[in-house]
Amino acid sequence: MSKILLEIDGQQVEASPDMTVLQAAQKLGIKIPTLCHHEKLEPYGACRLCMVEVESRGSTKFVVSCVYPVENNLVVRTRSEKVDKIRKMILELLLAHAPDSRDLQSYAQEYGADKDRFEKESSFCIHCGLCVRYCAEVKKKNAIGFINRGTHREINFIQEIASKECWNCKECFPLCPTEALQAAYVLSGALASSLPIFEQVAEKNS
Amino acid sequence: MDIERVDQIIEKHNSEASSLIQILLDIQSENRWLPKEALERISEKLQVPLTRIQQIATFYKAFSLVPKGRHGIHICMGTACHVRGAQRVLDTVEELTGIKPGETDLDLRFSLETVNCLGCCALGPVVEIDGEIHGNMSPAETAETLKKYE
Ligand code: SF4
Ligand code: FES
Ligand code: FES
Repeated sequence: MSKILLEIDGQQVEASPDMTVLQAAQKLGIKIPTLCHHEKLEPYGACRLCMVEVESRGSTKFVVSCVYPVENNLVVRTRSEKVDKIRKMILELLLAHAPDSRDLQSYAQEYGADKDRFEKESSFCIHCGLCVRYCAEVKKKNAIGFINRGTHREINFIQEIASKECWNCKECFPLCPTEALQAAYVLSGALASSLPIFEQVAEKNS
Repeated sequence: MDIERVDQIIEKHNSEASSLIQILLDIQSENRWLPKEALERISEKLQVPLTRIQQIATFYKAFSLVPKGRHGIHICMGTACHVRGAQRVLDTVEELTGIKPGETDLDLRFSLETVNCLGCCALGPVVEIDGEIHGNMSPAETAETLKKYE
């Protein structure tokens, strides 16, 4: 397979055509912050935190490095004033949802993000999809999925599957950057005895 | 809805996973809601995870996971209808049916929704019942019209 040559933060790197900019950067040991990326899972591009600045054919743009494929002669800057500003804003917005997340807090420190900039709207889940995708792609159990849409979107366990599979697995728990997953698991377990899952969904919808 | 009928609908679409939304729409329009048993059956026959079906069924407003009334009332609250008194029409319907937008009465007679412009503003205030458009509605006329739907 032909090799692709690109430049990241002033260093030349050789990559294969199926690599993303994030992977190429990792090859050089350059750290790009990520929240929804997981090496075992398909690229998803949900959190936008891995945004970088790229220059190709004379124009500069901002792209999501975990889904952006490498290309020849690409010039990538993983830190710049603008990139940092974008990341700061993303972190501040996410912190309004999950103010207690350790991952978010440590990134916030690095980028000078103020966790109280936006009014709190604690939904805890930041929709990174790690739990949902891990269960579907790696474990192939599909015990957990998303329901509803927009601001009402949330994760939901399929009780019949969860009661059989989750207790002995729980591999998605440490992936969650917030406390949303564990809370949802405990909650759906507690409700399960009294309400079937579809009625729970209906109730949330009403 | 019995499971044989669900199977028939699935058969009609050759049990293809790519027809998932079409199958859900067929069941929704025939049965007015999507019972859990039907979704489980579809999941099994189409080999599509229930999580995926649930995601779709909760994403689109056309689907309902709870029983709906025999008649669906849509009251237009768009700008044109609003200035012509849609609020009073809505108040009337709420009072007569005892339900608020998004709800269904216990006898499963009516389900009520509001919409934002049905595209026939000149007829405002507009009320749509079971797909039929009723224009220039006054509260009194609305009350009369509702009586026709059992
Ligand atoms: S529950 Fe956690 S892992 Fe799952 S989507 Fe939400 S933030 Fe991500
Ligand atoms: S890590 Fe790239 S969008 Fe989340
Ligand atoms: S505003 Fe009611 S039909 Fe347009």
